[in-house]
Amino acid sequence: MTARRRPLLPTLVLLLGALYCLFPVAWVVVAATKGSGELFATPTFEPGSSLLGNLGDLFGYREGLFWTWVANSAVYAGVGALLSAAVSGVTGYALAKYSFRGRDLFFNALIAGVLVPAVVLAIPQYLLLSEVGLTDSYLSVLLPSVISPYGIYLARIHAAASVPDDVVEAARTDGAGETRILTSIALPMMLPGLVTVFLFQFVSIWNNFLLPFIMLGDDRKFPVTLGLYTLLNQGNTTPALYTLVVAGALVSVLPLIGLFLLLQRYWRVDLLSGSVKA
Amino acid sequence: MRTRSRPTTAGAAPYAFAAPAVVLFALTFLLPIGYALYLSLFRVEVSGLGLGRGSRREVFAGPGNYLRALTDAELGAGVVRVLLYGGLLVPVMLGLALVFALLLDEERAPARGFARLAIFLPYAVPGVIATVLWGFLYLPATSPLNQALRALELPEVDFLSPTGIYFALANIAVWGGVGYNTIVLHTALRAIPRELHEAARIDGCTPLQVALRVKLPLLTPALVLTALFSVIATLQVFAEPTTLAPLTNSLSRTWTPLMKVYQDAFARGDVHSAAATSVLIGLGTGLVSFGLLRVARRFGGLR
Repeated sequence: MTARRRPLLPTLVLLLGALYCLFPVAWVVVAATKGSGELFATPTFEPGSSLLGNLGDLFGYREGLFWTWVANSAVYAGVGALLSAAVSGVTGYALAKYSFRGRDLFFNALIAGVLVPAVVLAIPQYLLLSEVGLTDSYLSVLLPSVISPYGIYLARIHAAASVPDDVVEAARTDGAGETRILTSIALPMMLPGLVTVFLFQFVSIWNNFLLPFIMLGDDRKFPVTLGLYTLLNQGNTTPALYTLVVAGALVSVLPLIGLFLLLQRYWRVDLLSGSVKA
Repeated sequence: MRTRSRPTTAGAAPYAFAAPAVVLFALTFLLPIGYALYLSLFRVEVSGLGLGRGSRREVFAGPGNYLRALTDAELGAGVVRVLLYGGLLVPVMLGLALVFALLLDEERAPARGFARLAIFLPYAVPGVIATVLWGFLYLPATSPLNQALRALELPEVDFLSPTGIYFALANIAVWGGVGYNTIVLHTALRAIPRELHEAARIDGCTPLQVALRVKLPLLTPALVLTALFSVIATLQVFAEPTTLAPLTNSLSRTWTPLMKVYQDAFARGDVHSAAATSVLIGLGTGLVSFGLLRVARRFGGLR
């Protein structure tokens, strides 16, 4: 790169990167309009004629199973991320603002937890949950998603940075109890950081494939990713399902992209200092 | 981190606040890890035809499962495949992320806001969906590149050949991960005091020289951390090859070590050897992470 006095080159490179990243999204918008005859027969970016037909087929597939998957994903990711943000907030505050016995031990164990690969956990988690009869249930996907070492780590740094010791001290002098300080002073102050924790956890649960893949058997409990995977898998023998997969990919991606654009100002992470800049 | 010691009036409060996380951590991390270690030391012995209730019993296997896993040719091949895949993916992804982050930091470049958003966008797309999108872009019948090559009467590219599959999978991961890493590196760049580049610029440095001599060295710790997370994610690759497998014969059901663990546990029903393999994967990941963290600490930027 010889970008001496030419701001053109940096812009060009950035736009190429943007094009690369938008390309598959543009493809799925076009491909979703193609009927099963057209998908494999017409030029890639030539729009087809059966968008409504594809959507109708998708929504009608096994009495609206697709919407069940979407709702399931929303439950897993929404409830899971909400609980996770709450637990992370409270724990992060406790770790940042109190010194208590076992604090460092607990924190170090958590950090080590970030490094434990999902698979080392997933199989024994499955076996343990099956001991108590919880596999193939909503809880089997929700429970392991609540604790997020990374979320607690972010919340701890955020509590240290955004809740001043003086404010906590003053509230104490005024006679506020510890729980009241937490709920009416500290957590509201940490809210922007907790929104970021929520978003990261939401995306990571929504994207998680291994856990539901291992835990769930009944396809009425599948999240949308696992549902589309099974459709793609069946496409081998029933190629007509491919148009459903493409339409399903479009319908499941558009709301995510909308949410993403809406909340983009919260996505600022500095991994190094762990700070969350909202 | 500054944390003054508190007067004892706080009493049990911190314990009560940390309790839910401690309990959940114990249940979802410590207990399963312990159980995996326990399982890995046993094996099932089948007597008779293996039909009656008492015909299957667990016997102590010692290091047996580990020895079998370590000498398993398919697992070894899987490790090599993942290393090749990661060797392609991690440098390309971080290299691109670094270039994008430095360019986004270059104030004179227009369209930065749009590019930043577009590059980060794939982060919102689940790996399975990303694989579906790219999978169709790879299929000979739907690939735009191959359609163009056909129109020009040139030989087609087989993205899903046994060799092409490494590039195909790496591309999906680069596409999904480059934006996240760009944002992390860009945030780290913005934390560098402006005066540093101002001074270098006044001394006559070109933007490129500022980027290479001032910004890059200060970014090293952030790069090591993003590398660490990328390597951990790479070693655990599962969703993408599993999703792509129905579209090609190049991906076996045991293509990566993690897929092998899944097959062992759920297709073959041998949770003991699956547990041993997953413990080995965990140890391998830990070793790599530890090594990278040591590098990071040497550069002094890690708190």
